[in-house]
Amino acid sequence: MLGLYLHRDSPVHAFPVGWKLAALAVAATGLFFVSNPVAIGAALVGALGLFALARLPLGAVLGQIRPLLPVLVLLFAVQAAFAGWETGAATAGRLALLVLLASLVTLTTRASDTIDALERGLGWLRPLGVNAGKVSLMLALTIRLIPVLLDLVQEIRMAQRARGVERSALALLVPLLVKTMRMADHLSDALEARGYDPR
Amino acid sequence: MIELRNVRHRYGEREVLRGIDLTLAERRVAIVGSNGSGKSTLARLLNGLLLPDEGRVLVDGLDTRSDARAVRRKVGFVFQDPDVQIVYPTVAEDIAFGLKNLRLPRDEIARRVDAVMARFGLTEHRDWPAHRLSGGQKQLLAIASVLVLDPAYVVFDEPTTLLDLRNRRRIAGVIRDLPQTALLISHDLDLVAEAERVIVLDEGRVVADDAPAAAIAAYVARMG
Repeated sequence: MLGLYLHRDSPVHAFPVGWKLAALAVAATGLFFVSNPVAIGAALVGALGLFALARLPLGAVLGQIRPLLPVLVLLFAVQAAFAGWETGAATAGRLALLVLLASLVTLTTRASDTIDALERGLGWLRPLGVNAGKVSLMLALTIRLIPVLLDLVQEIRMAQRARGVERSALALLVPLLVKTMRMADHLSDALEARGYDPR
Repeated sequence: MIELRNVRHRYGEREVLRGIDLTLAERRVAIVGSNGSGKSTLARLLNGLLLPDEGRVLVDGLDTRSDARAVRRKVGFVFQDPDVQIVYPTVAEDIAFGLKNLRLPRDEIARRVDAVMARFGLTEHRDWPAHRLSGGQKQLLAIASVLVLDPAYVVFDEPTTLLDLRNRRRIAGVIRDLPQTALLISHDLDLVAEAERVIVLDEGRVVADDAPAAAIAAYVARMG
């Protein structure tokens, strides 16, 4: 779900980013007031319709939902066992719908547009000491660095395994912390070198 | 022209640069030295990322101490590891980052981003997440994101260390074709040999400053 923008000439892509984010926030909040599985099912069909309208390939939809499948199945099974299948279907459907809608926004909106919109949207908080530029840069760096950190974790795990350490939280966390701090240091140099002005 | 006048720098008790006096006027200058010789510290002094504890660093007459922002606009910096230099999630967005910091108009940003992507063969990767690029492509992106700002000087801090032979040659070609003045910090002696002047640092001092063949020979002799 990170930085997976897919360029298409579609009305969903052209829809203003601020409205997309607002619609996502409203839908995410509104979903918690809906418990009828049929209504949630209809909303899921509607979301898939939006994917079609955005001219996104089926693979993109499946790619978003596939990693979530075990969680959805488990959620449905637990809820169905304790509260009935309707509650199970509604809970799993709600989560699937949320992920699909969030993915739709990510797939049809460039990260820079989201970040610019956030910066504009938070501008009114400046008198309260909130620096919208810093918040938006933080978001950009978060999206950018999650895969980098995941690679780092893999690298450290492999190095530990090569030395015969199969599972040790400490052996993972200490080098991860050291490398992350070093990376943060270099990143701050890079931001400065590229003319970033936090004011 | 970049000038270093009696530059000294220390990290805590350890003095890493011990009175460096250099005038860098050539188009291609390489700096070599063992690990801990002070090369990277020297590189960071050239665009004001670090300020010297003593002495002055001047870029076209601008002092890094008093004109750091103007100096950074003149001196681009390419880091060894592109992963610490790429800020935005996708290729085009990252290239645009520095231009946005200059508060340029949107259409000019778009034009310059398109031009630099075409120059470095990144156009087809425009909306790719940076983490999906190969090591060589990431380094090209890092270089593109610096060159799009059109600096007069570019400092490369070990730009080929993490790359395979094919990508090393590719980056060497990019550096060779640059119209800008390039200052190259590297252990890659093939790359260093292409410079006009090579400076050898050891324990924070300049121990050789010569044409590539003589300076590299002095460096290799020191390395034992």
